[in-house]
Amino acid sequence: MLNYVYQLISPQSFSVKYEDIDLNNRVIVRPRYMAICHADQRYYRGLRDINVLRKKLPMALIHECCGEVIIDKTGTFSPGQTVVMIPNQPADLDGKAENNYYFENYRSDSKFLSSGYDGFMREFVDIHPDRAVAFENIPLPIAAITEFVSVACHSFSRFMSCSHSKRDTIAIWGDGSLAFVTAEVIKANLPSSKIVVIGKNPEKMHRFTFVDRIISADRIPAGFSFDHGFECVGGEGSFYAINDMIDHANPQATFVLMGVSENNVPINTRMVLEKGLTLIGSSRSGRVDFENAVALMQKNRIKKQLSTIIYEDQPVKSFGDIHRVFATDSQTPFKTVFEWRL
Amino acid sequence: MIFGAVLAGGVGSRMHVGSMPKQFLPLGDKPIIIHTLEKMLMCSKLDAVYIGINAAWLEYMNDLLIKYDLNTDKVVVTAGGNTRNDTIFNIINEIEAAYGEDEEHIIVTHDAVRPFVTLRTIEENIECALKYGACDTVVPAVDTIVTSNDNQLITSIPDRSVMYQGQTPQSFRICLLKDLYAKLSTDEKNILTDACKICVIKGTPVRLVQGNTANIKITTISDYKIAQAIVSSNIDGLEEDTLC
Repeated sequence: MLNYVYQLISPQSFSVKYEDIDLNNRVIVRPRYMAICHADQRYYRGLRDINVLRKKLPMALIHECCGEVIIDKTGTFSPGQTVVMIPNQPADLDGKAENNYYFENYRSDSKFLSSGYDGFMREFVDIHPDRAVAFENIPLPIAAITEFVSVACHSFSRFMSCSHSKRDTIAIWGDGSLAFVTAEVIKANLPSSKIVVIGKNPEKMHRFTFVDRIISADRIPAGFSFDHGFECVGGEGSFYAINDMIDHANPQATFVLMGVSENNVPINTRMVLEKGLTLIGSSRSGRVDFENAVALMQKNRIKKQLSTIIYEDQPVKSFGDIHRVFATDSQTPFKTVFEWRL
Repeated sequence: MIFGAVLAGGVGSRMHVGSMPKQFLPLGDKPIIIHTLEKMLMCSKLDAVYIGINAAWLEYMNDLLIKYDLNTDKVVVTAGGNTRNDTIFNIINEIEAAYGEDEEHIIVTHDAVRPFVTLRTIEENIECALKYGACDTVVPAVDTIVTSNDNQLITSIPDRSVMYQGQTPQSFRICLLKDLYAKLSTDEKNILTDACKICVIKGTPVRLVQGNTANIKITTISDYKIAQAIVSSNIDGLEEDTLC
């Protein structure tokens, strides 16, 4: 079947690639709802290094997407079943694994759709049956951000496997969508831990109604301390966030670093050593994290809270609409989702 | 119920490619009509897809369905007619023989030789036909349109901003199309070029659905070469202007 792939060819410019896809050995999914990630926005606006853009474009954007199975001759799914699609594509899906020491999202031979390979902005997505996770009872606009929730689930699982067991106070630096979802995941899994959010924007921090304490980043009390922390800031703010974390952490705290920064970030390694801190890098996610995210999103409380950080724009039915949703996303403080009808 | 109708009654006389009707020519790894049928079958709103095929090629079409694993209950092959509208009404007769007459029946007619149709276009056709009774897929005219009554001199040059090029799908409530066709005089039937004209002649509104320029009709050798180049393909479709 002839399929339309809507590729970004240069910043703010799209083109169609036509491809003939095989309907026999892959699951054919019609994308229904998509969400925009900061990474998509950086490609769209040309905010990545020019050499990165040259290397990765043209490609279809979007790696947060839910859809409907249209055909599955592998017999894994039924037509009409709703699924979320996993953008990480390990090389061993068909038994070519070199090793299994690493999580799938860190293996050097894994591909990531929408980072050098076509993302989900396509008429149909043909995907390996292992790369789709079925769901029910989640509204499609919320299901669209499952990948985003799975990233928080992954960071939480890494945190649990590496951190010491005193988890009385967990601090989260950042007040955006990633901090919000990370706080959700921690609260759901560690209900007795005290969660503190440190951010800069009062209008954003007001949305964190379910956490125990909110602190403005420029007024952190001198005596404030915490057992473990999550950095969800990224960019130029990473420097300030990580060093504040180092200053206020209790000994042997574990930090999970999740914010993306284009530039190197100097950190106070003397104090990292002195306190015996552990810094974990965490990015992307794999199948088990998607499964955990779908399970978590069955809870009505989680669904309601996630819906407060979602802005649903009008459906996308044309190229002009694609430009509109990226413009909308740059004006909204949290997640922009939209129905895909192109 | 909602039915697809793939119109493949032609014998490819404009292609000059021997005796093979154009819809059976290969595009990439498959015949053109198989690409078209696969896209129609992607639309879960269609309860069945009928293929109206030139009678001499019925067996060939059935063999293709088996070869490409498309011989399901959802696909029905039926004989086409002498004209486009004859093929449509042959299909309507088959539909009503199988499912009975029903005011809610919708037919989405589509050229077999337009394999680049999108799901969006098919779905918007269905929505429009359900809501308004009749619709046509169009793109804004790019070239200036010139009319000539004597094939020698320009008669008029209409305002291009109100000109559109018709594509397919064209979709209708079956009962509406049948009623209007029954009211046409012989002279009116003789000037029909497509099914939408049945409605227009009788003053029944036909809504516009936005098509896309890639949804080309593979009619000539040049069209065929362009389609092959698109599929092969380093020729991408750049962003298009939208209808409104």
